[in-house]
Amino acid sequence: MNKTETGARKGASPRPKTKLARANDRVLILMTLPAVLIYALFYLYPTINNLRYSLTNWDGFQEAKFVGVDNFNRMTEDGVFTKVLGNNIEFTFLVLIFQTALSLLFAIFLLQNSRISTFLRTLYFFPTIISSVSVAMVWQFLYEPNLGPLNVFLNSIGLDFLALNWLGSETVTLRAIAFTQVWFHTGQMMVVYIAGLQQIPAELYEAAEVDGASRWQQFKSVTWPMALPTTAVVMAYTTIQSFRAFDLVFAMTGGGPNNSSSIIVTMIYLTAFNEFRFGYAAAQSIFLIIFILALTALQRRILRTKY
Amino acid sequence: MFYKVSRIIALTTFAVLIIIPTLVVVFGSFKGDLELMTKPLALPENWSFANYRELFNNGEIGRNFRNSSIVTSFSVLITLFISSLASFGIARVINVTGRVLFVLFSLGLAIPAATSIIGIYELFVRLNLTNTLHGLVVINVASTLPISIFILTAFFRQIPNELYESASMDGARPFRLYRSIALPLSRPSMAAVAIFLFVITWNDLLYPLLLLTQADLKTLPLALLDYRGEYAINFSMIFTAVMVASLPMVVMYLSMQKTFVSGLTAGAVKG
Repeated sequence: MNKTETGARKGASPRPKTKLARANDRVLILMTLPAVLIYALFYLYPTINNLRYSLTNWDGFQEAKFVGVDNFNRMTEDGVFTKVLGNNIEFTFLVLIFQTALSLLFAIFLLQNSRISTFLRTLYFFPTIISSVSVAMVWQFLYEPNLGPLNVFLNSIGLDFLALNWLGSETVTLRAIAFTQVWFHTGQMMVVYIAGLQQIPAELYEAAEVDGASRWQQFKSVTWPMALPTTAVVMAYTTIQSFRAFDLVFAMTGGGPNNSSSIIVTMIYLTAFNEFRFGYAAAQSIFLIIFILALTALQRRILRTKY
Repeated sequence: MFYKVSRIIALTTFAVLIIIPTLVVVFGSFKGDLELMTKPLALPENWSFANYRELFNNGEIGRNFRNSSIVTSFSVLITLFISSLASFGIARVINVTGRVLFVLFSLGLAIPAATSIIGIYELFVRLNLTNTLHGLVVINVASTLPISIFILTAFFRQIPNELYESASMDGARPFRLYRSIALPLSRPSMAAVAIFLFVITWNDLLYPLLLLTQADLKTLPLALLDYRGEYAINFSMIFTAVMVASLPMVVMYLSMQKTFVSGLTAGAVKG
C-alpha cells in the first residue's frame, strides 16, 4: 500500500493543493461512492466471507459449527481435490501452449490487409461472441460418440481407432474440452497479436530482407523478440481465462465422468451446491485465490527478468 | 512455396472448423432430428420452422429471451453509468484515495468469479434477492465494475489536463467536467466497454445458475441447459434454442464489427 501512496503523490504533484482543489477532491470521491459501495457490499464482502465459512462445517442450511482448519487439512488428503488440481494444471497448460501458438501463427498469416484476410479475421473471431453454453451444446453434438459428425467422419476415412468417446471417457474428455476452449478463444487472442505485430516497424523486416534472412530467420530475429510484450499479455490472459472456464466445463460435462474433466471452479460449485459442503467449498475458493495470485506474481516476475 | 502451402492449409483448416459447426447449427434448426443426425451438413430438405414454432409455443423461450434482455440492458446501463462516474473520480482526484480505490478495484480482476459464489449465495438469500431479476442485475453490476473501471480510468487519465483546466477557468466543477468534457470524449471507449459488458452479461451462466431456480425467471444460457434435459438428445431442438440465444449477438457483431473486436480485446488486454 505504501508504494502506491507515494506513487499517487508523485503523480499528482504538478497540480497545487489549493482550497478549491481540495473541495473538488471531495466531489470526485463522492462520484466514486456508488461504485465503491456496490462493489464492496456485493462483491468484496462475499469474497472475504470465504475466510469465515472456510473454518466451519456449514452445509448451506443449518447452523455452522467452527471446525478450525479441518477443511484445509482435508484438501491434502482429498483424492478429488488433488485430481481436479492436476486436471486444471493440464487444462491450462494445453490451452496456453496451443492457443498462444495458433493465435500467433494466424496473426502472422493474416497481418496484411486483404479482402480474404479481413474475412478470415472476422470469421476466426466469431466464436468469441457466442455463449459458452451454446458452444458446449454444439460440441456435444460434434463429439457425440455414435452418430456425431466427428466420429462418423473418422470412421468413414478408416480411422476407426481414433473415434473415441470424446466426452465420456476418463482419459480424453479433459483434452476434448481443452480443444473446444482453444477453438473458442484463439480468434480473440489473434486480434491481440495482430495489434501487437502492427507496431513492429517495417524497416526491421526490410533490413532483414536486405541481409537475405529467410522467413524463419525473420521470425526468429524480428517477429518473436518484438512481439514478446504481446506474448506476455496473451499468455497472462489465456491463463486466467482457462481458470475461469466454468461455463464451458459445466455445460459440456459437469466435470464428469468421475471428475476427470472437472477444474477448480467447477469443483467449488459442485462441492457447495451438489454436496452441500459450503465450508469446504469456501476453503477451496481461498486456495484458488491464493494459487492465482501466486501464479500472476510469478508470471510478472519471469517477464520482468526477460526485459 | 512451403510457406505459402502451409499457410493456405492452416488457414483453410481453421476456417472449416468454424464454418462447419456454424452451418450444422443453422441448417439443423430447420431440420427434424433424424435428418440432422443422418445428414448434418446437407441443406435442409425443406426449410421448416416447426422447431421454432414448437419452441415458442410449448417452451418458455420467449420469456427467457425477455428475461435476458431485461437483465442485460439494465446491468450494462447501470454499470456504464456508475463505472464512468467512478473512473472519472479516480482519474482526477489528487489525493491518495484515487490510487487506493484503483488498487481495490483491480483486485477484483484476477480472481475468478466462481470463488465468490458461496458468499454471494448466502448474502442474496439473506437479502431475499434470489429468484429476482433485479438481484441478478445487482450481482452483474458488482462483478463487472472492476473491468469497466479499469478500462475507463485508463482512458480518462489520457485526456490532457489542459482540456479540463481551460474549462475549470470558467468555474466548471467536477460534475460539469465529467458531463461536458470527459463523457463526450470517451464515447468510443464507452461503446467498447458497453459491447464487452453486453456480451459477457448476455452469455453468462454462473450467476443465473446460482441465483435463479424459478423457470419463469431463467435467462437464455440457463434455460438452454433445461432444454437439453427436456429434449433429451434432440439436437435439432437444442440448436434452434442456440439460434435464438445467439441471434442478437450475431446481428450486433455483423453490424458493429469494429466496436465488437475492440471491446472484446480491450477486455482481454486489460482483464
